[in-house]
Order: sequence, then structure tokens, then C-alpha cells
Amino acid sequence: MNNLIEWISQPWPWYVAGPLIALVMFSMLWLGKSFGLSSNLRTMCSILGAGKNCEFFDFNWKDQTWNLVFAVGLLLGGTIAHLWLTPENAVALNPATLAELQQYGVEPPEDSLVPASLFSWSSLLSLKGFIMLIVGGFLVGFGTRYAGGCTSGHAISGLSHLQIPSVIAVIGFFAGGLLVTYFVLPYVLSL
Amino acid sequence: MKLLRYLFIGIIFGITLTKAEIISWYRIYEMFRFQSFHMYGVIGSAVALGIGITQAIKRFRIKSIDGESIHIPDKQFSIARYLIGGSIFGMGWALTGACPGPLFILVGNGATVVLVVIASAVLGTYVYGRLRGRLWH
Repeated sequence: MNNLIEWISQPWPWYVAGPLIALVMFSMLWLGKSFGLSSNLRTMCSILGAGKNCEFFDFNWKDQTWNLVFAVGLLLGGTIAHLWLTPENAVALNPATLAELQQYGVEPPEDSLVPASLFSWSSLLSLKGFIMLIVGGFLVGFGTRYAGGCTSGHAISGLSHLQIPSVIAVIGFFAGGLLVTYFVLPYVLSL
Repeated sequence: MKLLRYLFIGIIFGITLTKAEIISWYRIYEMFRFQSFHMYGVIGSAVALGIGITQAIKRFRIKSIDGESIHIPDKQFSIARYLIGGSIFGMGWALTGACPGPLFILVGNGATVVLVVIASAVLGTYVYGRLRGRLWH
């Protein structure tokens, strides 16, 4: 049993994760639902009463309970992996990436999946933290709803269903992502 | 109690994305710098199997758990909506290193400040909803 847990605790390679993600998508279809996480953000708006003054949020959010429960599952899965399935080794980044990030003053990943200096409460008070977490989060919420889906809804479900709109959306994801990574992050990270 | 099914699938998904480091800001940065195959392998293999699954559902008319036919709706065609909306999301993805699913998983991993990122994303969704009629779709 300990060997099994030790084995699971190693970082999982892409060829394990990718097929598992496809199986999660299939499970949702088989249960008669669709696989997409950004809709939860819209549901949360509706729960908070946004339907009162905006038709877009005026729907019976209780029909979406299954997706909120799925999101709670994600949170629990993260906790389980964090508490019991964590290995000793850090994220094995490309040395070139590491060197680059070091130049911008981002610490290397040691026992954390995210740069602790950025993902901390105190970082929210800095301009860098504000741009990356608050502005970044806003763009995620605004953009996913504008595009009608995120990575799960478009990149996984949509591409699997050979949808041209999803191909366009994924091109957009990369256009925006590359723009920020090449032209914005070098400045923001050095703040 | 049917809801427990979704909780269970969510737990599997949360563990998978944590263990494969997909929720890692570092991995997303590395992906956008084309310095690793990892994320492309994850998305590529998920889509490859996903295409097979979707085709199989159609060809063999696989029924859902309740015995109904599985209907996957087509997405409405537009270029502006997906390109502009997608680019805006992409910018947020590169900044936060997280798409909506990983936001929840990161909170579970103890990065509690991500709750603020989720709140900000909810606000972004709300602002989209309010401006929707005036945006190019």
C-alpha cells in the first residue's frame, strides 16, 4: 500500500494525465452533462443575485448544482493531493525557463507548484500581485464567458467534438497568452 | 445523492491536475515559452482520446446512464466572439497561470489567496454579462 502511494505521489507524465482528462469528459457526457468549468462563474453571479438586474444571470441556478459540486470535488482533490500525495521533488522545469525566471526575480519551484512570493496575501498589496492575481482573474472571468468556454469547454470538449468555434477560441487563448508572456510578463515580473 | 458522482469525478480531476502539475503557474509559463512538451502532451493526448470518444458516442449511439441518447450540441458559429473572448481569457491565463478549473484546485492545494482570483473572475463574468449587448459577438 505504501509503495502504491509512493508511486502515485510521483509527478504524473502527460500521457497519464491527458487520457484521464478525456475520461473525465466522457464521464460527464455519460452522466448527461457537459464538461466545462467556467459556467460555474456565471452560476455564482446568479447565486449572488445578479439576475435581478441582468437577464444574462436570470436563470434557475439550482439546475447547475451538479457543476458546483464538481468544482467542490476539484477543491477536495487538490487538498487530497496536497496533503497525502506530495512527493519530495520540485516541478522539473526546463533549465532555460528556470534561468529566465530567475532573471525576473521569480524564485525556483521548491516544494510549491506556484511561486509563493506571488501567490500570497501580502502580494495582493503590491502592483505586481494586483496585476497578476486581480487583473488576471478578471480577464479569466470576462474572457471565458465572452468566448463561451475555457480550456475544458473549448480546448478539450470542443476540439474533441471537432468544433471550428473551439479551434478559433483556442487560437485566441494562445494569441492572448503569448502576447502577455512575451511582452507583458517581462515587465510585470520585474516590478 | 446522485450529486456524489460529480463530487467523485471532481476529486479525480483535482488530483490529476495537481499531480500532473497542470495547476502550476510555472508550467503555464513554460508552455507559453515553448520550453516544454508537457502541457502540449497533456492537451494533445486528451483531445486525441476525446475525438475517439466523441466519434464512438455518435457512431455506436452510446446511451447515457439514464438510457437517453447523448447529445453534444454544436457551438454557434462566430469568429469575433471566440477570437476576442479567447484572447482576453488567454491573457488572464498567462498572468494567473490558471484557467477556471485549476483556480478551484489551487485553493485546495492551500493557495488561499486564489479565492480572491476567483472573486475577481466572478466579477469579470458579471461585467461581461452587463456589457454583453454592446460587445461584438
